[in-house]
Amino acid sequence: MSEKEIRNFMLNFGPQHPSAHGVLRLVLELDGELVERADPHIGLLHRGTEKLIEHKTYMQAIPYFDRLDYVAPMNQEHAFCLAAEKLLELEVPRRGQIIRVLFCEIGRILNHLLNVTSMALDIGALTPPLWGWEEREKLMIFYERASGARLHANYFRIGGVHQDLPDQLIEDIEAFCAPFLVVLEDIDKLLTGNRIFKQRNVDIGVFTLDEAMARGFSGVMLRGAGAPWDLRKSQPYEIYDELDFDVPVGKNSDCYDRYLIRMEEMRQSIKIILQCCELLASEKGPVRVQSGRCSVPSRRDMKQSMESLIHHFKVHTQGYRVPKGEVYAAVEAPKGEFGVYLVSDGSNKPYRCKIRAPGYAHLQGTEFISKGHMLADVAAIIGTLDVVFGEIDR
Amino acid sequence: MVEYFWTAIWPWIIWTPILKAIQSLAFIVPLLILIAYIIYADRKIWAAVQLRRGPNVVGPWGLLQSFADMAKFLFKEPIIPSGSNKILFLLAPLITAFVTIAVWAVIPVGSGWPANEGTSWVVANINVGILYVLAISSLEVYGIIIGGWASNSKYPFLSALRSAGQMISYEVSIGFVIVTVLLCVGSLNLTDIVLAQQTGLANWLGVPTLTILNWFWLPLFPMFIVFVISALAETNRPPFDLPEAESELVAGFMVEYSSSLYMLFMLGEYLAVTFMCAMTTILFLGGWLPPADIAIFNWIPGVVWFMLKLWLVFFMFAMVKAFVPRYRYDQLMRLGWKVFLPLSLFMVVAVASVLHFFDLAP
Repeated sequence: MSEKEIRNFMLNFGPQHPSAHGVLRLVLELDGELVERADPHIGLLHRGTEKLIEHKTYMQAIPYFDRLDYVAPMNQEHAFCLAAEKLLELEVPRRGQIIRVLFCEIGRILNHLLNVTSMALDIGALTPPLWGWEEREKLMIFYERASGARLHANYFRIGGVHQDLPDQLIEDIEAFCAPFLVVLEDIDKLLTGNRIFKQRNVDIGVFTLDEAMARGFSGVMLRGAGAPWDLRKSQPYEIYDELDFDVPVGKNSDCYDRYLIRMEEMRQSIKIILQCCELLASEKGPVRVQSGRCSVPSRRDMKQSMESLIHHFKVHTQGYRVPKGEVYAAVEAPKGEFGVYLVSDGSNKPYRCKIRAPGYAHLQGTEFISKGHMLADVAAIIGTLDVVFGEIDR
Repeated sequence: MVEYFWTAIWPWIIWTPILKAIQSLAFIVPLLILIAYIIYADRKIWAAVQLRRGPNVVGPWGLLQSFADMAKFLFKEPIIPSGSNKILFLLAPLITAFVTIAVWAVIPVGSGWPANEGTSWVVANINVGILYVLAISSLEVYGIIIGGWASNSKYPFLSALRSAGQMISYEVSIGFVIVTVLLCVGSLNLTDIVLAQQTGLANWLGVPTLTILNWFWLPLFPMFIVFVISALAETNRPPFDLPEAESELVAGFMVEYSSSLYMLFMLGEYLAVTFMCAMTTILFLGGWLPPADIAIFNWIPGVVWFMLKLWLVFFMFAMVKAFVPRYRYDQLMRLGWKVFLPLSLFMVVAVASVLHFFDLAP
């Protein structure tokens, strides 16, 4: 008998695969069930966001950021606003800062809830997602009550936020926290101690801290590997330096650690939200810069003063000129360091807007993390990578 | 001689198949209706755990949902992939459905009349019932393997390989579990297995009314657990649903199937699950016997008790589905070969020794 050539099994995992988290196309080379090569293909959700932003005024660019990581929209808006504010040298009013932090932490919970539960779904636990969805729904209603949209909020503005929050909303957010911790406890009970869940996650998807840094990992991926790196602590923006919260750090850098970190971060976020609600109750004031070219006159002023009307019209049609220069601003988005690099040529539109999406860096790790693992582990690993294609493909 | 043929043999040749056909039909129709509600219950229980409502539109409380689904599948166009092996592709779901129905032939669902004299409600009361069950249920895997292979697609192919390994692994331990029961009974007949549970532990403990203690679940306790878990694995229920693992293989061997072919697979799957519930009931939960020797309990017909126990076991199956994550392939194999097989093998020896040295063997 002549020699037979044995070919590995090529499997096209996605883009329509149920656990591909959107439109990931992963070409897997399998030796039986073992993964020999994992080749992620991107671009199926590419919309040219960065190029589009070059043709929009600064204010018009904000909604594009909602559509990047659509799981936690406001965190992305935040990065862009911070970058533009740096160029404009604007100081956001205190109440505006508190509201921003409040909604960024709601975004973090939105993201982690989706990620933790859908990771459980990838592993085969079918119930946690439904429990998580219920809570996400409540949070999205908070989004809606603040901005008018459940998902694509477009709530942050350069120099603050669009509108102040009604008092009732702040009370409701505060009231949401305690029952949410109970739900979190339920999910915790269902998963954390579960033997099968542990077998599927402990020592799966391990990498060293050096490897993580070499590939530009950030956020939970980096903290899971043992680096206590959180932009909220290391280079605090807004009011994070006066808030009391902890940054959970992993030890083993496996899927299970990353899961535990996400669970703990949700609890910490609740802690921050409660502090913010308390601050909002006492500290009244404007939520957006009141004077200068970035300010928007109130309705009342517009009705009475011609200058205000003209200014309002100019701000919303032509925008405002931003001083020449380049700047990088980053926030600790739920997925990691989300950065915006802005180049301004002094006009009313950004000359260039480079977006640093954490998921993009994490996705490139798929190959080296999942090598030698089994097919079922690939689903778990993609789950903890926390990829959302809105931000990867941009 | 010729006259004898016409008066005695000819009527037998004519009537026996007709009688058996009527008998089978009288069994299969209620069975399929039962399956419809097992599917409904599965969805409802699952939904309740997930804080959903489940099917609630078709009929009162959604009770007719399964029939609506059946009609939908039947009237849809079956799509046969052009690259598939058409004959095998069509044959696979037929094998699954046929085999899973056929295996029910030996299942006794109620006591016969007069009661407790080795008679029962069963289509075929054959004396090698257990062997028949083992033989036929081993064939179930062919439906999956053939279906996965004939689809000529990658996910079904991988799924077929997985299920072949899985079903064979767990059949071994299921076989040994059944052997321990057989040792205590001394018969391969399923009716005898049920009747053997009329006496036992409760009588020795001096509480003969508590007949629930007589059933084999208590004296053979670890085996009861092994059997239930192996039954989950054998029928591809979560946490062992690897062949159709949604997050890995999309729908496994059923990826390319549609319409009534898909329905046959689903039917076969739920028939197998229900069959395993029935087997658990017969082997460990005393079949149609009432749980206590009390007058009211004794008035209730055996078939009602049988159904109650079957539903109880199925409820357990459904809850497991709602709660647990899925095993990975190698972990599944490890559990089967390194935990269940040694355990059940040890129990066979242990049970045999106890029966022999204490002179309890029937």
